Amino acid sequence: MSTTATTHQTKWWNGGKSPFNLEYGKVMMWYFLMSDAFTFGAFLISYGSIRFSQNFWPDPNVVFNAFPGMGHQNLPLAFVSVMTFILIISSVTMVLAVHAGHKGDKKNVMKWLFWTIIGGLAFLGCQAWEWHHLITGEHVVLMEGKLAMIGQTTTGNPWGELVHGSELTAALSNTSHETLVNIVHSHDHSHTAKELAAKSDAELRGMVNLAEMHIRKTGPIAFGGYFYGITGFHGFHVFSGVIINIVMYVMTAKNVFQNRGHYLMIEKAGLYWHFVDLVWVFVFLCFYLI
Amino acid sequence: MQHPAFEEVTVHHHTDDADFKKRVKKTTWLLSIITIIELGIGLLIYNIHKGDSPNQTLVLMFKGVVCILTLAKAYYIVSIFMHLGDEIRNFIMTIVVPLMLFIWFIAAFLWDGGSYKNLRNKYDKHFKESTMPATHHGENTHEVKPAPHGGKE
Repeated sequence: MSTTATTHQTKWWNGGKSPFNLEYGKVMMWYFLMSDAFTFGAFLISYGSIRFSQNFWPDPNVVFNAFPGMGHQNLPLAFVSVMTFILIISSVTMVLAVHAGHKGDKKNVMKWLFWTIIGGLAFLGCQAWEWHHLITGEHVVLMEGKLAMIGQTTTGNPWGELVHGSELTAALSNTSHETLVNIVHSHDHSHTAKELAAKSDAELRGMVNLAEMHIRKTGPIAFGGYFYGITGFHGFHVFSGVIINIVMYVMTAKNVFQNRGHYLMIEKAGLYWHFVDLVWVFVFLCFYLI
Repeated sequence: MQHPAFEEVTVHHHTDDADFKKRVKKTTWLLSIITIIELGIGLLIYNIHKGDSPNQTLVLMFKGVVCILTLAKAYYIVSIFMHLGDEIRNFIMTIVVPLMLFIWFIAAFLWDGGSYKNLRNKYDKHFKESTMPATHHGENTHEVKPAPHGGKE
């Protein structure tokens, strides 16, 4: 910036001033964020290590293809791009809040902090929906020679390889009555579960259209633990970021920063919030894109 | 600018409003456009995967491009939004130099994962038979990830 010319003449290490030209709190926030980057990095690298040790790993576009209100339509990447843009926009509103703080403009600090908080809550809402959808949305899989319905949990993964042909017909004949009812009920809504339960196994098997169902084997179990662990840890950061921003909002409203004469606290909260966005960029890369 | 908050902070950044708005706007557009390109490549990878014999080299190449785009995004967030680019050089270095550890961290652990896979495929026939994708049986073992440690086993 325009100040670089003067910085060369300053004797930074002679004492009496910060050699980094930053106040203590901000320096420490940076070092905390650096250590946090290593925590996230270690999680993501551990995920990568396990993924590299497997012969098969699910294609993220197959796993994350749902959108609220769109039923069973195949919309890969759509919902997560909404989440990504929510975080980018809330990062921008945070930049504006910090800038308003520089100018001591209380009204604008509050306005932009408010929108940042809304963005954070919207992101958390999206994540809650996504988790709920993955956990409760059950898929037909070939497991131990028979068909079963499982969701994406930490103990089961329905995203293995696609299976075709004779393997499936054999599995269908081994499938229990209860599972058959569930399978038919999941794609045929013209009968109630009770009506289906009254039918014989043979009738139910006749109603299952194997060719159209895209049945998969079970996939690597580690997928769920890593996905929920890492996106959960990130979601926890978003949550604490929202809490910090709410505290900042209340403190601004109570004139704490105005009486102090500066809004440097907003800058530290801003750093944390941008870091949350930064981590999401990498979570997005590792889980959804590659 | 307000009166100096801390005595030890001697030099202040002065950015005028118009300049600041231009920078934020530019960065927002850059981040959005890069994200849209990434999504496009993601869909492209999906379509390649759907084919009968997906070209693994092509997929790997696109994944590499997405990784580079992500690093560009990270650079813009840290440098512009977090203002690290405006800090003095000494400080930038105390953040960036420790992060170099990631180069070893990523390389070593992905390599380790790949090596574990190769060893298990070699010595644990059950693992190989039960997890190797059917469509890739045989043909792909040498090709998917050219083991970076040729001849060490």
